[in-house]
Amino acid sequence: MRNGRSTVDNDAPDGIDWPEYETEAENHGYVTQLTDITGDDARKFLDVGIDTSEKDRSGTFIQKDRSVIHCHARQDGVEVMSITQARQTHDWLADYLWRSIDPAQDTFTSRAKEIPHEGYFIRSAAGRHVTEPVQACLYIAKEKFSQNVHNVVIAEPDSRLQVITGCATSPHLVSGLHVGVSEFYVKKGAQLHFTMIHDWGERVNVRPRTVVHVEEGGVFVSNYISLKPVGSLQMNPITYLDGEGAVARFNSVLVAAKGCHLDVGSRVVLNAPGTRAEIISRAIAAGGTIVARGELVGKVAGVKAHLECKGLVLKEGLMHAIPELRGYVPGVEMSHEAAVGKIDQGEIEYLMARGVDEDEAVSMIVRGFLNVDIEGLPAGLRQKIDRIIHETQKDMM
Amino acid sequence: MLTIEELQVEVGGRTILNNLNMEIPQGETHILFGPNGSGKTSLMMTIMGFSGYHVTHGKITFKGEDITHMPIHERARLGIGVSVQRPPTIQGLKTRNLVQVCGKLSGRAVDIEQLAEEVNFAAFLDRDVNHKFSGGEIKRSELLQLMAQDPDLILLDEPESGVDLENMALIGETINTLLRRGVKCAKGKSHQERIAPQTKSALIITHTGHILDYITADRGQVLFNGHLCCSRNAREILKWIGEFGYEECVRCAMDVQL
Repeated sequence: MRNGRSTVDNDAPDGIDWPEYETEAENHGYVTQLTDITGDDARKFLDVGIDTSEKDRSGTFIQKDRSVIHCHARQDGVEVMSITQARQTHDWLADYLWRSIDPAQDTFTSRAKEIPHEGYFIRSAAGRHVTEPVQACLYIAKEKFSQNVHNVVIAEPDSRLQVITGCATSPHLVSGLHVGVSEFYVKKGAQLHFTMIHDWGERVNVRPRTVVHVEEGGVFVSNYISLKPVGSLQMNPITYLDGEGAVARFNSVLVAAKGCHLDVGSRVVLNAPGTRAEIISRAIAAGGTIVARGELVGKVAGVKAHLECKGLVLKEGLMHAIPELRGYVPGVEMSHEAAVGKIDQGEIEYLMARGVDEDEAVSMIVRGFLNVDIEGLPAGLRQKIDRIIHETQKDMM
Repeated sequence: MLTIEELQVEVGGRTILNNLNMEIPQGETHILFGPNGSGKTSLMMTIMGFSGYHVTHGKITFKGEDITHMPIHERARLGIGVSVQRPPTIQGLKTRNLVQVCGKLSGRAVDIEQLAEEVNFAAFLDRDVNHKFSGGEIKRSELLQLMAQDPDLILLDEPESGVDLENMALIGETINTLLRRGVKCAKGKSHQERIAPQTKSALIITHTGHILDYITADRGQVLFNGHLCCSRNAREILKWIGEFGYEECVRCAMDVQL
């Protein structure tokens, strides 16, 4: 199993000191009115795309430490529940849990199985187009808490669903551990847009474990944004394109400041004819380490996939691009493009010739570099991300 | 407007321009001729201040200020605008944003949509700067930026290269507008009124001379082997080069040196 472990890299801070973390936390009461959440928490939520006014959202799920503090759907055709509630509601859900992920694959995953702390269940009904995104927030407020969640997202046949997941810690928190096991099912002809924004603390360790299955004609789009400092993050979600014509697209935008270790990949297995995949990542090493992986696996003829991995090194650190292509039969068409470098002097001077000073020219280029066209974001969130890129960028230089 | 005195420039340790003197008065458009490798582009890059072009001797004065060692952006803000041959692609930066920046720095209110319409470039505003642009598209993008910038001295490196005939007229007309020498843009005004605001200057590199079918040049200059060897009517020079090649210029230059 490659999904959990990092195989190439030996300097990843895998030495998690388990006893350092606590698995118990106080119970946070349920918040009926989202607008009652104010102050630091609300601001932090907004930074990761969670709007307590619920403007342009079709539902909300918020988990603080181990407590689900808010959870409801605002539109017909979409369900938003805690995983416990969902198991009680749907007997069949048991078949979906741990179907794709082996709890024994690594210590983090097995811990999530042994000591579960909720997680979300989001499902769009067959044929329904849920026009606005569901927002889900996983939040750590307690110092040294180890949060283990299990999430399931199901887009039933011919439905459309968008999910924005924001993961964050309270502003004063220093240390914590987040393990998130996620199983996504995109059924026949369905579309799932999944955007995840991370804003963890400087010493928080994060281990998402995600598996996605896409059936015939289904589309899965994943956007992942991590611009703020995080202790260590290691994830390599795996997507199986099982049905004919299934499509997966991944966009990642990563920044690693000093002291951060990001090992982020995407792996797509093209199992059926006519399936397509695209993985795009943009990463900036500004003092920290980034291992940007991408792996395309072509199992049948008539598949097409491309991997693009671009990295900038702005301050001493490490930018390690590992693009991998594996074709098992004739008739697979896969390509990759990887580049690690610095900002091109020619680009800086070109902008300077328009009257822009050097610092601003560099800043425009960096902002452009990180400006991957992220599909399906609400305009407000798009602006928010632009602003965060703008702010983060000052620290990068 | 622009005065160049005894300019000597090195690129990668090699002398490219030697003892070059040039004067472009306010309101004049000069054409720069010369065979490949004669140093035309190097001269333009040096005037703009791009790195890699080391001035080892001499002086460049613009609007009375010594700009020989001034940073690029300060020259731009002082009123020099350039259109280079092969501008870089800037990923993720939308053409619209760059045009906006050009306009903002020029301190004028710029209607980007309308400007883009004028150079038939509205459909490209949301494309990344120069990303997969054709030769003609690059030229229109450069001119659009210059229109927003509105410089007093315009440096154009082969504005006709890669441009089809249909777009050539558009490029020519846009340059005329930039230089306030257009006939189109000044309808209803008397000739006196029309020529009064002609305060913009230009230095234009051309190989084929096609651009001369669309714009009016006040003077032509021939650069050969790092020297300016001829300065006279642009069309006349073009005719001579067409007839006799640059050989004649070499002889001419030797005569000058003798």
